[in-house]
Formats: sequence, structure tokens, C-alpha cells
Amino acid sequence: MIEREQVLHVAKLARLGLTDEEVERMAGELSGILGHVDRIAELDLDGVEPTSHVVELENVWRADVPHESLDPEVALAQAPDPDDGAFRVPSPQAEA
Amino acid sequence: MSDVLALTALQAHEAMVAGDLDAGEYAATWREAAAADELNAYLWRDEDGGAGAIAVERPCIAPVAVKDIFCTEGVPTTAGSRILEGYRPPYTSTAVRRLLEAGAPVLGKTNMDEFAMGSSNENSAYGPVLNPWDRGRVPGGSSGGSAAVVAGGLAPWSIGTDTGGSIRQPAALCGIVGLKPTYGAISRYGMIAFASSLDQCGPLTRDVSDAALLLGILQGADPCDSTSVGLPEAPRLPDREDLSGLRFAVPADLARDAIEPGVRELFEATLATIERLGGEIAETSLPHAEHGISAYYVIAPAEASSNLARYDGVRYGMRAESAGDVIEMYEATRAQGFGAEVKRRVMLGTYALSSGYYDAYYGQAQKVRTKIAADFTAAFSEYDFVVTPTSPSVAFGLGEKTEDPLAMYLNDFFTVPMSLAGIPAISIPAGLAEPAGGGPRLPVGFQIAAPAFAEQKLLDAAYALEQGIGFDAGPSGAPYAGIGHKKRTGVGGEEDG
Repeated sequence: MIEREQVLHVAKLARLGLTDEEVERMAGELSGILGHVDRIAELDLDGVEPTSHVVELENVWRADVPHESLDPEVALAQAPDPDDGAFRVPSPQAEA
Repeated sequence: MSDVLALTALQAHEAMVAGDLDAGEYAATWREAAAADELNAYLWRDEDGGAGAIAVERPCIAPVAVKDIFCTEGVPTTAGSRILEGYRPPYTSTAVRRLLEAGAPVLGKTNMDEFAMGSSNENSAYGPVLNPWDRGRVPGGSSGGSAAVVAGGLAPWSIGTDTGGSIRQPAALCGIVGLKPTYGAISRYGMIAFASSLDQCGPLTRDVSDAALLLGILQGADPCDSTSVGLPEAPRLPDREDLSGLRFAVPADLARDAIEPGVRELFEATLATIERLGGEIAETSLPHAEHGISAYYVIAPAEASSNLARYDGVRYGMRAESAGDVIEMYEATRAQGFGAEVKRRVMLGTYALSSGYYDAYYGQAQKVRTKIAADFTAAFSEYDFVVTPTSPSVAFGLGEKTEDPLAMYLNDFFTVPMSLAGIPAISIPAGLAEPAGGGPRLPVGFQIAAPAFAEQKLLDAAYALEQGIGFDAGPSGAPYAGIGHKKRTGVGGEEDG
């Protein structure tokens, strides 16, 4: 079972604001899904190599040379609050 | 409505090459057809024509409907999410660029489950897509818009993405062909990421020949995606007439009880068709496939929780008003911008990757993935293909499964194992079956999986089986009778469209 405190902790890690109602519902739903997923915990897979990527690839290199890229104005054009060639964000420190 | 809409994309291509069909007029006819969308299948349409067009000497490729997950310069690209509402990417995905370079106009951007998370299209922030066969039912997902436009006569063909079944399942539920190529066959550059080790672009088409033609345009290694390798040889149009000498394996551990009776009957009937065409049916064992859903619903959310960290209200997309510090801005933006399913998966993935749970969930799921891939390798050492139903049921009703996330996830039971193994799989229409709860008959898909990079062999077999099945039904109200003309001239000798 996933408890309310765990949901709040994970939401904090995920930078996800949840309402009280969402926290309650998430606790139940995650418990249900993890209950199903837990069946793989019982498999004996000692010594099995984990797979993170299915196609066998060697390192893929490219020449380290300058190439065309986005103009700064274009890169900033979709930002909610661009300012003087930069992305503006609220202060990292909460106002007192 | 003009009868050029009855042509498959390949037939139209041949007519354009021969000079019998004007590319501009043909594209305009399709734009007009797309404008009649009553299925909520398009999120954006190119009303004037020419969006992102690249001047090609002689355009002769049918216009394509593109899932709204492919960045297209200057064209709204939302991935079905509120958080990207109004976003107009400054660059174009490689898949779309390859279409444009081939002379294929972009007809529009299709609706989808938010960030491709879902099996019913009900997770779109812009409302669900309706199934053209029965507007009270879902089209499947997450490429539901891309499937509905092809089945509903709103596009000649389309592209989608498949992470755990998101091309094959909606293709099955809409009665069309959907191909998930081998991981790495098509570049993922500019394709908004959900689960990067699984995401793959592919075609949704009226028939297998169109799928081969579209795959040929899309595939290829791309310096912008270091995981793309392309196919060993450019695909050619399939031409196999029978299935002699080919061995098709049915997983003995296939959960037959979980399959709707009508779907099961058509699956068995299709096995009989394979035998009639000279193919051999055998049983094989995929002992770890039953754990596919568990492994997938750890791996995909884990990768998603990392990929979706970029939506923070700083560089693009929406930002929520918030009086607090930057952390509060992130939390408020993501709370307002993401829908319920995306939040659920971000939470699930973050949990699975969090300290103390990583080995038990993510590490274990990656080992299961190894075992599933090994099961397929073992099966392919004896057999040419593995076959299953694409989906355990026909299209279900809107709202029927939205309250139970786990029941929704189990829709992907037959499609997830191939995604985890990275192998190609195609869904072709097997016929129409009555839903478990009664009612008019609806499309059923038959899935064929092949070894990695064996796309040509897969397309050839699927083509022969398509002729043997002879499925030629379409939803009522579509601007033509029947989904397509399956048999090509020159191969068997049916009259041209």
C-alpha cells in the first residue's frame, strides 16, 4: 500500500502540485497498479543482465565542428517570459 | 465526394507518376475531406495547403496526417497536452521532414492521448476522438486520431508512434493496417519523447502495400538521433502470393480467457486462412510475456517521468501564475498543464526510480525485459513469425474503462512484449466481430511479429495474408465503400481503382 505521506514525498520529487483529492486518489490507484507490478518482484532473475536499450549500438560519434543552430531570438520566441536574451523565472528564494 | 479518395496512397502515387492525377488537385480534395472531420480527429488542419512545404521537382506522394507528437516548424504541436497549448516548434522532426522532402504535404495534426499515454484517446486535453465505426466508442490509442482519419476517410494515410501498442491497437480498433517498425528503423528526432527506449514512429494505412511505401519514405539512419540505424535494405512493395514454407507460432501461454469470444473466433479463423495459404501453424512458448505489462508499466513511466521533467514553464509551453518561488511555479505549472493520466505516470515513474525502490522496480523490470527479448529470440530460432490478436477486445465504449487505470493498461497485453523486445509487428484487419456486450460488428486486428529488421519478410507475409482474408469493409458514412483496394495490379490482376 502506498500511504499519503509517500504520495506527497514523490510529488515533491516530481515537482508536481497535487490537490488533497488527487493525493487520496493517487494513493489508491498507485497501490492498485503496483500490486499488479509486484508480481515481477517474485521472479528469480539473479544474474540476468538488465536491458536498457534493445538495439546493439557502438558509440556514435560526430565531428566536433560548429554547425548551424537556432538563433537566440528563435529559441526564446516560445518562452513564457523571455527577457534580454534569457529565460526569466521567479526568484529561487520565496519572498518573505 | 470525388472518387480519387477511393484510391489507396500507392494507387494515387502511381497515377501521379503516370501523369493521370494532378498532385495539387488531389491534395486539395483531401484537404476538403479533412475539413469535414466530425470525429475530433484533427487538432490542426492545413487549410490553405503548403504548410512547411519543401519545393520538390515533381510531388507525387499522397498527403499525410501526422500525429500531433511530431514537431513541425511553425505548426501547432501539442502532444495532446494543455502544457503545450499554442506551442509552435522552431524546427521540424526528421520523420516529417522526410515526408516533405518526398513531396508529401502535411494534411493536418491528429489528436492523441496526452504525451501518447493511453489506449483509448480519452486522455487528450482536447477531447476524445470518436471511432468512425461507432461514434459511441473509442478509436483506441494513443494514435487514435491517426487511425480514425484513415478509417473515416479524412486522410489517405497517417503516421503515429507506438510505445507499447499505440499504432497497432488503434489500427486494429479502426479496421486498418498499423506497423510498428523495429526500434531504430525511423528517426525519433523531433518526436516528442514519452519513453525513449520504446518510442517508435510508424505508418497507419488502408492496406499493407501503403504501409510498405510509407515505411520506405520514413526509414533511415539520422545523425540527429544516435539510436536510429535505418533498415538494412530499403523496403520494396510486398508481392508474396502465398505463405508456403513459413511457420507462424502462437504463444501457448496466450491468455485465451482474456480474449473476447468474437475476437477469439476471428483469430482462429485467421490461423485457418494462414494454413489455407500454405503456412504452418505451431505453438511456441513465451514464458515471460505475461509479465510484459508489469515491466512496461515500470519502464515506460520511469522514462516518462524523466522526459517530462522538461515541462517546467521556463523555455516553452504554458506557465501558471504563481506568487511564490521558482519551485512553486514548477509545481503549479505542471499541476495545471498535465492531465490525470500523465500525472499518474509521472508519479509511478518517479516512485519506481526513487531511492530504495529502484532495484525492486526499475532494475527488476529491465531484467524481465531481457527475458522477454530472449523468449522471442528462442521462438524465432524455430519459427518465422509470432502471431496474436492485436487487442483482447473490439473498440470499447467511451468512458467504459476510464475509472480503472489497470483495466485500461491490460488492453496492451498483446502489444507490449514486442515493444519491450524492440521487434517489428504489424496489425492487419482480420474481419468484423460482435462486441461481447452485443451490437453491430466492429473491426478486429491480427498481429504478426517478426525478428528485428525483418520488415520486408513481415510485409510480404502480411500482404499475402491480407489477400487471403479479403477484408473489404469500411465504416458507414465514409466517402467510399470499403477501406481500400487490397490487391495491386501487376501482382494478381484486379482492376485498378
